[in-house]
Amino acid sequence: MVESPEQQHPKKAFGWAARDSSGVLSPFKFSRRETGKNDVRFKVLYCGICHTDLHMIKNEWGNSTYPLLPGHEIVGVVTEVGTKVEKFKVGDHVGVGYMAGSCQSCDSCSTNAANYCPKMIATSGDQYHDGTPTYGGYSDIMVANEHFVVRIPDSLPLDGAAPLLCAGVTTYSPLRYFGLDKPGMHVGVVGVGGLGHVALKFAKAMGLKVTMISTSPKKKEEAIENLGADSFLVSHDEGQMQGAVGTMDGIIDTVSAVHPLLPLVGLLKSNGKLVLLGVPDKPLELPVFPLLMGRKIIAGSVIGGMKETQEMIDFAAKHNITANIEVISIDYVNTAMKRLVKADVKYRLTFCIRNVQGKVSFWTFFVIPTTPPLLHIIGLEGFWVLFLY
Amino acid sequence: MAISPEEHPQKAFGWAARDSSGILSPFRFSRRENADDDVTIKVLYCGVCHSDLHFAKNDWGFTNYPVVPGHEIVGVVTKTGNNVDKFKVGDRVGVGVIVGSCMKCETCQQDLENYCPRTIFTYNSHYHDQTKTYGGYSDIIVVHHRYVLRFPDNLAPDAGAPLLCAGITVYSPMKYYGMTEPGKHLGVAGLGGLGHIAVKIGKAFGLKVTVISSSPAKEDEATRRLGADSFLLLSDPAKLKGAMGTMDYIIDTVSAVHALAPLIGLLKLNGKLVTVGLPNKPLELPIFPLVLGRKLVGGSDIGGVKETQEMLDFCAKHNITSDIELIHMDYINTAMERLAKSDVRYRFVIDVASSLTQ
Repeated sequence: MVESPEQQHPKKAFGWAARDSSGVLSPFKFSRRETGKNDVRFKVLYCGICHTDLHMIKNEWGNSTYPLLPGHEIVGVVTEVGTKVEKFKVGDHVGVGYMAGSCQSCDSCSTNAANYCPKMIATSGDQYHDGTPTYGGYSDIMVANEHFVVRIPDSLPLDGAAPLLCAGVTTYSPLRYFGLDKPGMHVGVVGVGGLGHVALKFAKAMGLKVTMISTSPKKKEEAIENLGADSFLVSHDEGQMQGAVGTMDGIIDTVSAVHPLLPLVGLLKSNGKLVLLGVPDKPLELPVFPLLMGRKIIAGSVIGGMKETQEMIDFAAKHNITANIEVISIDYVNTAMKRLVKADVKYRLTFCIRNVQGKVSFWTFFVIPTTPPLLHIIGLEGFWVLFLY
Repeated sequence: MAISPEEHPQKAFGWAARDSSGILSPFRFSRRENADDDVTIKVLYCGVCHSDLHFAKNDWGFTNYPVVPGHEIVGVVTKTGNNVDKFKVGDRVGVGVIVGSCMKCETCQQDLENYCPRTIFTYNSHYHDQTKTYGGYSDIIVVHHRYVLRFPDNLAPDAGAPLLCAGITVYSPMKYYGMTEPGKHLGVAGLGGLGHIAVKIGKAFGLKVTVISSSPAKEDEATRRLGADSFLLLSDPAKLKGAMGTMDYIIDTVSAVHALAPLIGLLKLNGKLVTVGLPNKPLELPIFPLVLGRKLVGGSDIGGVKETQEMLDFCAKHNITSDIELIHMDYINTAMERLAKSDVRYRFVIDVASSLTQ
């Protein structure tokens, strides 16, 4: 007989989950495992909303199982550690990202690239080693194997740090891996949204010249005046794009809708690298001639390993990098998701207090828009923060 | 006013295509006087590259007729200019795809003349003096010494000629993209002029080599004659599935439009697919497997002069030459027809010295 979510584990837990592919989230009682000897248990303080959460709750990739409790940009404070845990103690600020587990023995795992492990277990919507579903961070507590937990330095504000657990490492990892991190290099970032603006901050901190590339001319002032981009290109403005041909060492492309690669390949210098982070639902056209004639590369990348996630958090702390965030309330989340889908979201939402389980709590939600329709709606401050107290 | 092909002081003779029928026929033209930096070469052999066919038929739309193709040239030095130290009369030399570049830009400074924005190609280009360049389907050629290669004595000049283009085209990306670690697994897609040399060079680097093809007839060739470790037939779904995620790198030599998805699937994590063929339309690039496996698709185009010399010396050390069919000049049109049908194992080479007669 299948156990109910509340009965699966010994410790009560509470969160918001989607029950079916309508994607509507609602209060959900479930349970978490005991703190195992390698586990870290923490009270969730903030959780980010990644666009992946939206894809998953609506089963857009066809692999969702319900009830589905999303959230993989989770920060909080440690309440208990297992007997073999040495890296963390009660009271530490910690975070958990996309990964909750992996095989720990394959080539990827042994080279700090568990994000590429074929048996990687996602923090939400997946199945843990014991066969039970993984429930994410839209909840009050989390238990995670210490290998998949990062320490958040005290100097880094927790609310702005939460999106770094996904958006941060997703953009930091390829800058390092593809060598697009040498001072003086020129990097383009396509998409001025959640991933894009974090990529910009990291790149500037690495000493790069950064050009933001967007479909929306309205973002220019924000990008340059507020975010510190060196320049801005409107991607459908042929004159602007032509003027920038052959000027970039690399491009980080955060756009997940189908879009032309040819103009981006043209922006690269010889030996330049175009790294795709967004995953469109159809193949893109690969222009072969310009790739050959300039010995250029098109590559992909997804999140990052735990070692580089910690490295990224420490780098962010050193350079005071957090995501630009807004705060909303949990009971607004379904409206927020609907507006996200329709690209009809205003980025300034009110903070409110809500009773949860008889205690006064307030929740803030965190949203990272990654698709073009969302970019000009949410604007650069397109982050809503889910704050769980 | 069009400049006559006979504008230069030295008479020359070759075969040229006059229009997009691509049919080649005898053609009188001229070569410049041998200047201080130049080397004059009597052409012995010239390989027939698939690009020659594309240019002859104006497949890429920018052929400037009449065109004398040929950029896999092996010959003998007959004259050297006053500034030339590296070569002397009687030396055996090679000329590849490039006969000039700006020599000042960043890529030229890095010995990557092939990526210079002002590369001058051996044929169908304009030289510094604005005159047309004509290729190796001809009796003599005059080349700036920087772009002339020393042809190793122990390499057969006929079978070695295709190295000047096919050889460097696969050697350069194998070095640049790090496909040289002994024991790693290289896939070679397409078994033709480029592919068969990639197999030989791959084996010389100590790699495990799998030939990937849609033609079952090539299995025997690939494994028994060329020494590939295995053969993968793309149209065999079970074999394809079994090979998923097993290759560190793939050199894709296929120049027709073809599916990239299966090739990307064959790569391991961090795998590299390098394309050296030039299809005449964009290909479809599936993004999911690229992102989820941190894989990359890269391009590469011939190589610089310095690395072409390095490649020739490497091939001399490992006794690598092309498998060729030696032909006479007047067979060239038939050869081109056969090349269009991939009916050659694996490169035609023209015996220019013996068969090019006026």
